Amino acid sequence: MRESLTMSNSIVAAVSIITGIALIAGLLLSFAYKRMPADKDSLVEKVNQLLPQTQCAQCGYPGCRPYARAIIENNEGTNLCPPGGQETADKLSGLLGRETLTLAQVESSLMHQSVARIDEALCIGCTYCRAACPVDAITGAHQFMHTIIASECTGCELCLPPCPVDCITMESAA
Amino acid sequence: MSAPTYDLGKLHGGLRLPSNKAQSTSRAIQQVPVPQQIILPLTQHVGDQAHPIVSIGEKVLKGQLVAEAQGSLSAPVHASTSGRVIAIEPWPVSRRFGEPAPCIIIECDGADKSIDNSLGIVPYELLSPDELLVQILRGGIVGLGGAVFPTAQKLMQAITTPLNYLILNGVECESYISCDDMLLREYADEVLEGALILMHALQVPKCYIAIESDKPEALGRIAEALGEIADDRLVLKQVPTIYPSGGEDQLVQLVTNLEVPSGGLPTDVGCVVQNVGTAVAIHRWMNKGEPLISRITTVTGDGIATPMNVSARIGTTIEDVIKFTGGYTERAQQLVIGGPMTGKSVITDNVPLVKATNCILVLAAPVSSGDELACIRCGECAEVCPIQLLPQQLYWHQCSDNEKQLRAHGLIDCIECGCCDLVCPSHIPLTADFRQAKARMLELADEKARAERARIRFESRNERLESEQRQRDIELAGQKATAKAVGPKAIQDILKRTENKDEE
Repeated sequence: MRESLTMSNSIVAAVSIITGIALIAGLLLSFAYKRMPADKDSLVEKVNQLLPQTQCAQCGYPGCRPYARAIIENNEGTNLCPPGGQETADKLSGLLGRETLTLAQVESSLMHQSVARIDEALCIGCTYCRAACPVDAITGAHQFMHTIIASECTGCELCLPPCPVDCITMESAA
Repeated sequence: MSAPTYDLGKLHGGLRLPSNKAQSTSRAIQQVPVPQQIILPLTQHVGDQAHPIVSIGEKVLKGQLVAEAQGSLSAPVHASTSGRVIAIEPWPVSRRFGEPAPCIIIECDGADKSIDNSLGIVPYELLSPDELLVQILRGGIVGLGGAVFPTAQKLMQAITTPLNYLILNGVECESYISCDDMLLREYADEVLEGALILMHALQVPKCYIAIESDKPEALGRIAEALGEIADDRLVLKQVPTIYPSGGEDQLVQLVTNLEVPSGGLPTDVGCVVQNVGTAVAIHRWMNKGEPLISRITTVTGDGIATPMNVSARIGTTIEDVIKFTGGYTERAQQLVIGGPMTGKSVITDNVPLVKATNCILVLAAPVSSGDELACIRCGECAEVCPIQLLPQQLYWHQCSDNEKQLRAHGLIDCIECGCCDLVCPSHIPLTADFRQAKARMLELADEKARAERARIRFESRNERLESEQRQRDIELAGQKATAKAVGPKAIQDILKRTENKDEE
């Protein structure tokens, strides 16, 4: 009789200790969750690292970092980057633990392998393309011939539409 | 006469390959006559393309500089006979498997008249190491073992570290190739002359001449020549006949028992390795004023009628060389420039012989190893890998394109010797896969660097645009404020003025 009493005592003690620990840990965790939200900026940075940095805006955002921010903050799809292709889409969903999506647009794998070239004989020096270039890879003053700094061009094609004389063409980067 | 020494380090793995050298070593080295036309590729070395300094139609003499070194890693090119430059245009080259690359094409005049380089010859002992290296650079000399790294630059890099040994590499471990063997047999004294120049340039106290045990004649000739010059700084080392003991790092380990660290160079353990042919080229340039305009090459294989070693002018086409030796046999199927393990299969024999061409191998039937099967994890490849990598692990990670793991498993250290291919019971082309993975790794790194640069430019542009916008906003706000402050008063002033005008 006495033996079973001490045993039930020790069981009660064990259960209460474990419950106590669980309670404290739970409180701590919920506190941490409330007070220390996930660092969104570093997550944006991580996503941005995976993007190809062509700054082509084909995703609908004005550059790679804005798209990265939209993925994290507005839950934007991970499949909107044509230059990155399916590979980048897969990597993004892998990083964020989201469902894998197939690429929303046709993959333009050649994009980051091509560079723009200005036909300098036709250029009228309007500076419209210079303003459109997301990486400052076009140089030239108003009413003077412009040229592309080929080593910095990402092949985003954003300089093509503004040109009033259609003197910009895309060429293979090789 | 100094006897061969046997105190050697150990080499992991490696293979004993059938030597197939006897076919080409039964005759003395034959001179290939000067052809009608020579083709000199501008890139016959590792590094930047040489820059042509002759124009089309210009007459050139044998030994004349036709393209100068350009950039920090490059080697000049010299005309290998006298004649007239008829074109500077792309021509098929073996370096690119028979695809064209820029070449200087010279129509030979048959006179073979030399340019007079004798004025430039100064006894090398009178030159400081730095002056000597500059002189070597001008000779267009590159590593003749097959890697064609510009010799002067290799030596310049080497003298920045403390050195203990110069190792002359006479270990021709790959099957079929015997050009260094024949060179050692016929030009042993010139090898030693070159060794003395190199020792002076590097200021090293010791020079080992490493030769494989299956070359008794070469060993004998060098031992004899060593006896004649009686210089105890030079020592002959006989190394075992195991492929790839002639690899630079492997030879250092065999001869000195020091291991070259991963990603490092032999200079990290105080060694410099030079091919014996390079030593002869240095001797000929420094002592005779003859730049690197010819080389000894092995013409062999079942597809060659009379296998032999020949000395040919750089720029002679492979077709001409093979014709000189007696042409192809009926069984000729595949042309390989270099040895069967590390050589390059070339689609046409119209490519020129270049500084790198140590062997012209014509095989009877393409080497087919059978169908590729799945890896059974037998571990044979790891056993033979001379640098103790784990080829089967590399293979898995290569299949899943896992760059991080490939890096961790030391893919970069793979010397592409092909031992793992040969022993693989599943006939997996491991070396080809690794070569591809290496290229992919470099490509990825390049892409990453490009993306990083684009990101920085994009972000700094945005910053600039924002600060410009802020500036404009501030100015606009200022203008608005002044307009607001002076606005009503200004209107009243104007009204007053017009009223005054009316009254007048």
